[in-house]
Amino acid sequence: MPEQLVFAMEVTLNGLMAGVLYALVALGFVLIYKASGIFNYAQGVLALFAAMTLVGIMQGQVPFSHLINAVFGGHITHFGWNVPGAVAIALTVAVMVLLAWLVQVLVMKHLVGQEPIILFMATIGLAYFLEGVADLMWGSEIKTLDVGLPQGINLWIDETTFNIFGYGFFIDNLDIVATVIAALLVAGLVAFSQYTKQGRAMRAVADDHQAALSVGISLNFIWVLVWSVAGFVALVAGIVWGTKSGVQFSLSLIALKALPVLMLGGFTSIPGAIVGGLIIGVGEKLFEFAVGPLVGGATENWFAYVLALLFLVFRPQGLFGEKIIERV
Amino acid sequence: MLDNSDSYVTEDGRTIGGVVMEMKNITLRFGGVIAIKDISFDIREGEIRAIIGPNGAGKSSMLNVISGFYVPQEGEVLFHGKRRPPMRPYEVARQGIARTFQNIALFEGMSVLDNVMTGRLNYMKTSLFSQALWKGKAEAEETENREVVEKIIDFLEIQHIRKTPVARLPYGLKKRVELARALAAEPKLLLLDEPMAGMNVEEKEDMSRFILDVNDEFGTTIALIEHDMGVVMDLSDRVVVMDYGKKIGDGTPDEVRNNQDVIDAYLGVSHD
Repeated sequence: MPEQLVFAMEVTLNGLMAGVLYALVALGFVLIYKASGIFNYAQGVLALFAAMTLVGIMQGQVPFSHLINAVFGGHITHFGWNVPGAVAIALTVAVMVLLAWLVQVLVMKHLVGQEPIILFMATIGLAYFLEGVADLMWGSEIKTLDVGLPQGINLWIDETTFNIFGYGFFIDNLDIVATVIAALLVAGLVAFSQYTKQGRAMRAVADDHQAALSVGISLNFIWVLVWSVAGFVALVAGIVWGTKSGVQFSLSLIALKALPVLMLGGFTSIPGAIVGGLIIGVGEKLFEFAVGPLVGGATENWFAYVLALLFLVFRPQGLFGEKIIERV
Repeated sequence: MLDNSDSYVTEDGRTIGGVVMEMKNITLRFGGVIAIKDISFDIREGEIRAIIGPNGAGKSSMLNVISGFYVPQEGEVLFHGKRRPPMRPYEVARQGIARTFQNIALFEGMSVLDNVMTGRLNYMKTSLFSQALWKGKAEAEETENREVVEKIIDFLEIQHIRKTPVARLPYGLKKRVELARALAAEPKLLLLDEPMAGMNVEEKEDMSRFILDVNDEFGTTIALIEHDMGVVMDLSDRVVVMDYGKKIGDGTPDEVRNNQDVIDAYLGVSHD
């Protein structure tokens, strides 16, 4: 087999895995957008906040310790214990649910029926506020997150491909685990929305508020639920990205990578978020591989956005989005 | 408590019970505009009660007051003899008051079956966790509710479109699906906002038949708004007539038909 083709295969595989990570972030956007028509700019910060909270709880950090020390003049920073990963994740989920409730009660509840742009602005405000709170709560230093996810080259794939092609593929174990997690997450979300009472109510609210009210669905409750689920998805994305590149403030920028994914997949489609993520992941890796050397590299920085731009021009609703029909 | 002491039997053999819902001196304002002015009337168990009136008379506003979408500034709403505090629409729905909308509010992306199933949401008690952990219980509940829904789907003759996404249905069928969803909640009071608006004669006849059958078969108490005088007179036991936010008539169809104010409101009166 020609060498170039073998390289391309490796690149494609890596692209697929990267795509899964993009899809993870995009999923959170889709969930909230579908159910409430809000484009949640804060989704990336939500992932950051979740990851920081998780690390903070695991390391037994005292929340707001800087603030407490500054006001009362103490020197507490840690409780002096370590919390096991699973317990910390459960606690973080609880924190995310509480956050969802606060967002709904303090912000979104008062903006019901407002223009989408106003809701969007509110989420921008929320993003900056939350970033500040995260800083104040857990400090701004870069932390490593290790909840026991395997990392490093997968030797089995390396050996197997070496035996077949005479060249060993480099596939990160973390990427494989992330793919499995994402698959489970999507399966779980689909099962939740199709087969549970709350899932059905969520779909109902996404479709028509008035009708949902008339069958006895509390919009408030559903929106808290949706923000909780989005918070949970953010936590999963935060765990995977945080393990990969450390928990730091640039984590919130992964939201930017989700934008082209949404343009491609459509803002209202869960399968769209997955497929869009995969296309972008594979697309940018292959493009870098094939065209990168010709133009001096670094195409990964812009490829996704140019692709999204093309979609905006030729298919604004994305691959799976609902058709935009304006009746006159 | 339902006071059935003055219940009676109609000519066609249906029993009309005591007062289910009573509106007392309801006044509803939007800023300076008075939509409803000091209106009182009641709805009895098992009857078909119509609210009629010309355009802009305040009929839909009245229905929205009953279903909790509007909160009146003055007056009381009594449900089963008890004063009802101001409630959110979903709370009213949970009390057993189901409704349809003038402009149809269905879940367009869902199938007919899923739409009607949403009417059963309040009968599903299993919590999220037990749904996830204990499949059997959730399934039993689903089956139970599904049976009720299938019965209603049969009853309204929409079996052939069970799996069709609602968005693809013609107008007349959408109205019927909306009625099915409201019925699925097994309401104590069913509110229909212009169930026959925009229909042709044949569809109107179908819908009238379904309304009568629902009332007859399930004993459902129905309050409906209608534009078309002819239809209302054939359908209802008692009629409230509204005009410019005020009540100008209340009684059996015959009484209302011969009421001079009503005739004036509908036919116009010369001011000389």
